[in-house]
Formats: sequence, C-alpha cells, structure tokens
Amino acid sequence: MIRDLLRPGILLRLVVFAALVAFLAAPDRFAGLLAPLTSNGAPSIYTQSSLIDLTLAHLFTVALSTFAAAVLAVGLAIFVTRPAGVEFLALSRAIVNIGQTFPPVAVLALSVPAMGFGEAPTRMALFLYGLLPIFENTLVGLSTLPPAVVETASAMGMTGRQRLLKVELPLAMPLIIEGIRLSAVIGLATATIGSTVAAKGLGEVIVAGLLSNNLAFIVQGGVITGILAVLISDIFTAVARRATKRRGAPSAAARTEPDGRQTSGA
Amino acid sequence: MTTLADAEMGGTATPRFDRLGVVIAIAAGTGLRLFDALPTMGAVAVAAALVAALVAAMASRRPLFRLALGALALAALALGAGAAGAHLTPTDNPYARIAPASGFWLGLFATAMLMTDAMVRLKLGPLGRLVALVITAALVAALLASGAWSHLSLIAEYRNRADVFWREAESHLLLAAGSLAAAAIIGLPLGVLAYQVRAVRDPLINILNIIQTIPSMALFGILIAPLGWVAAHVPGAHAIGIRGIGMAPAFVALFLYSLLPMMANTVVGLSGVSRAVVDAARGMGLTGRQRLMQVEIPLALPVILAGIRIVLVQNIGLATVAALIGGGGFGVFLFQGLGQTATDLILLGALPPVALAFAAAVLLDAVIEISARGKA
Repeated sequence: MIRDLLRPGILLRLVVFAALVAFLAAPDRFAGLLAPLTSNGAPSIYTQSSLIDLTLAHLFTVALSTFAAAVLAVGLAIFVTRPAGVEFLALSRAIVNIGQTFPPVAVLALSVPAMGFGEAPTRMALFLYGLLPIFENTLVGLSTLPPAVVETASAMGMTGRQRLLKVELPLAMPLIIEGIRLSAVIGLATATIGSTVAAKGLGEVIVAGLLSNNLAFIVQGGVITGILAVLISDIFTAVARRATKRRGAPSAAARTEPDGRQTSGA
Repeated sequence: MTTLADAEMGGTATPRFDRLGVVIAIAAGTGLRLFDALPTMGAVAVAAALVAALVAAMASRRPLFRLALGALALAALALGAGAAGAHLTPTDNPYARIAPASGFWLGLFATAMLMTDAMVRLKLGPLGRLVALVITAALVAALLASGAWSHLSLIAEYRNRADVFWREAESHLLLAAGSLAAAAIIGLPLGVLAYQVRAVRDPLINILNIIQTIPSMALFGILIAPLGWVAAHVPGAHAIGIRGIGMAPAFVALFLYSLLPMMANTVVGLSGVSRAVVDAARGMGLTGRQRLMQVEIPLALPVILAGIRIVLVQNIGLATVAALIGGGGFGVFLFQGLGQTATDLILLGALPPVALAFAAAVLLDAVIEISARGKA
C-alpha cells in the first residue's frame, strides 16, 4: 500500500491534489502568484463566491447527474440484453450512436428553452448525455461475454437473475466503469459551460474572467477544472483496472478505442 | 407561441402489436391541437398522415413500408408547421413570432424514431446510407428554400442575420476542419513514430490523454495566456492573426484535442497489421519505408479513418464553445440566444452543428466501411 503511494505517477497526483486543496482552502495566499496576469490593479482572486463553494457545487451537479445516468443506463442495457427487451436492441444501439454525435453544448443549450435557467437544464443535459457512454459500454460488456462462461453458469443451475448478478455484471464491470468515467469527464466539461445559463459552478470564474478581461480569473477557473477532471478520470481508471484484475481479463481501460467513441467532448 | 400541443389522438395501442411501434405511438399519440393552428382542411390532412404512420408503426413490420410512412408523417409535420406559421401570423403585425411548440417536437421525435428503426432494419450498406444522407439534405434544403417555413420564427431570425450566419458557418468549418487537418499532418507521423519507438509511446499517450480530459472551456481559457504572450513578444505573430483571444486559442485547443485520437488510432491500426504480411513484404525486398507506405499504412487505413471520424465529430461540437472566447462559429448565435433567452437564436446556433456532426459521422462511417472491405 505504502509502496503503491510512492510510485512517481501517484506521488505527482497526490502533490497536485494537495496543491489544489491548499489553493481552495486559502486562495488569498496565492494572490501574488496570479497577480502578473492582471492589469490595472484588478483583483487576481475571484471573490464573488468562494472558490470552494463553487467547486463543491460543480462536483455535486456532476455527481448527481452521472449517478442518475449510471442507474438508468445500466438498467436499460440490462433490459435490452434480456429476451423481453431484445426488440429494442437494434434501435437503442442506433439511438446511442446518433446521440453521441450530438455536441454536449447543443444538448445543454436545447434544454434551456425546455427547462429555464439555472441548475435544472445543466443537470438535465448532463444526465441525458451521460446516459450514452454508460449505456453503450454496458451493452458491449454484456453482449461480448465469452459464451462458454455464460453456458457454464447455466449448466451450474444458476437462474437468469443469479447469472446476471454473479457472472455477467461482474465480468462487464470494467467496461461499465469506463463508461461512467467518460460520462463524468464529459459532465465536468459541460457543467463548466452550464455557468453561461446561470448554473453554479467553476465556469462562473472563467466567464467572469472573459467578461472583465481578467486573465487571472480565467486561468484559476481553468486550472481548477482541468485538475479536477484529470484526477477524477484517473480515479475511475484505477478502479476499472482493479475490477479487471479481480476478474483476470485484459484491461478495458488500457485498450485504445478505435470505434468512434468520444473521450472528451464539451 | 400557440400551436401543436397536447390532446389525444391515435394513442390507443394494444400490446399485441409490435412493441416498439406501441412506444413510438404513445410518444407521438399525445397528439396535436391541430385544429386551433391550421385551417380545417390542412388540419385534417396533417392528422390523417400522422394517424396513418402511427397505425403502420403498430401494425406492420415491413421496414420499407414503415420508412415510407415515417417520411410521409414527417413531411406532413414539416409542411403543417409551416402552414400553421402562415395561418397564425397576424397580417397587421410584422413582429409577431410563431414557433412550433412541444407537440411538434414530440411528433418530430416519434417519426424520427420510427424512421431510424426502419433504417436499422433495412440494413443499408454504406452507399445506401450515403444516398439516404444526400436525399435528406436535399429535402431539408428544398424545404428551407421553398419558403414553406418563412413564417416560422427560426427562419425569421435567420433572415435577419443571413450574412453573419454564413460568415460564422465559415469560421465554424475552418475551426473544425482546419484543426483536423493540422492534427492529421502532425498526428500521423507522431503515430508512426510511437508505433516504431516503444519508449515514446506511453509518455506521449499519457500526456495527450491528460489534455483530452481537460474541459474545453478551461483549455480555451488557459491557452489565452500563452498565446497572448506570443502575440505580444514574438515578431510577426500578431501579423499572422495570433491573438490571446479569438480564433487562435480555439484553433490550438481543438488541434490539441485532435492529436490523441489521430495518434492513438494510427498506433492501433499499424499494430493490427498481420506480421505475416509484413514479413512477406520484407521477403519481397521492400525497404522499411516502402513497407510502411505501401503495405502497413494502407492496411491500417480503416482504423486511421476511424480516428479522423472521432476528431471531426468532436471538433464540430467543440467549435461551438469557441464563441465564448471570441473564436466565432455557430456558438455565437447559441450563446447570444442563451443571453437573451431567445429560443429561436439558440436553435439557430445549436441545430447546424448537430446536423453537421451527424452528417460527418454518417459520411465517414460509410467511407470507413468501404475502405475496410477486403482488408479484414
């Protein structure tokens, strides 16, 4: 465990995380560092709202929508891979493929006329868009299981439900987690843009910087969001790797996807 | 803002029918308050077309038939919306705005589902899909050019800004396709290098992976600082259009996002070329360079093209965000619309990138499929 923590990659991430926490806890101490980016004595630290509140609001919005999307998407993917839902399989594949060509920012913008301003359209857009990668990955995970494994499970006398919970879902888990990672990363980015429709989040700092031509605001908002996205993505990758190790199959996260999937997007 | 919304029509379905059709029928079957929005004859015609499509969706399983009825319903909806615009616009008030309401969008969604399902079941080949794309584009162009929608607010907004619209369209395409071209020029050789030199591969992919993860608004913002510095301190940089704000940081950001898929897919494609083929080429006396250009890259082409597809679709979407830092593109209308709560402006900014990204995906998917023939 301690040896794990001392690996250079992990050590670097811990240092970056510590720096982020230190900055969020007392941003004023870093004012001097950002001051060269301002002109005409403009403030170098955003103070309209506390940075830590904005960060937490941002993370909460992403966590909420990604969680809801994960529950529904995994449920739907299970449904269309059971005999009762097989009729919807082809269409749901097509919808996911078409849906992923939609720019997330367009989904966000289109949910504003439907839902008004504030948190609601951002959460709705994050939720809707977040469904796609999770659904697609769960579907791939559940439909590409080695037939021998599923047959063995049946031969052992497992019911459909036992097979799903004890065999199919655990085997598909690395891919499902990878889908949730993609959703969370896209969600973090889209939530930033949500600030243009008055959702509380870190985009507010960047937008304020753009409006008042204050580079220090733009950079601090951008760097905080960037670090959060990278760290969260790394955590999911590590969890997926652990799930892969447990099932003893080639890593899903380490595979590069040549199949038209987006990794970023908003 | 009246029109086409909630009433009941044709939504009664029994589970004996095709299940998917039932779901679609329920989605659309909330129906439309047609008779308020249209002259009686028009309302009857639109209603008849919709009912026919819904019944067909429930009763028939023949995909071609379902597709045709879906197209009929779509045409009825589109023409109906235009006619409603003309019917409802008061003659004495040129500033009145008529926009389709939720009934229209629900109907549109349901018919689109019906047609998508029919297309999936038809299992069209790549050429068939390209033809379908061209026909769709031509029909949309004909609808817009015919003036049938000229009383709808979306078109009114477009008319007011036609010049700006095409200028921003140009910037949007320049951003999306230009950064793709730059990424291809740099990313392909980089991918070949990473394929040949293992020590380069992992660090490079790691760095590009981190860049991909950074939210676009953050990356656009972060790039403003160094590009501003370059513009101020490097002689000639300002003259060729490099600024801290505007198109330059957006272009650089899109370029950086594009590098990973370009490079990674090149590596994956080259790694997938069978060793036996490479050995045979070596046996024929081809040099390393000839092997690469004449054997390995052509065989890796479908995977490399898949990288280009990812990048193009992604860039068309991301270029929309460039408007926030003054980079132009359709995002200009989108964010203006958001700022003024003007739904029509939002649509004017959001629909073109959606359509472009979709068309790019269909086009490149077909090209990939054609290029993959006989190489598996």
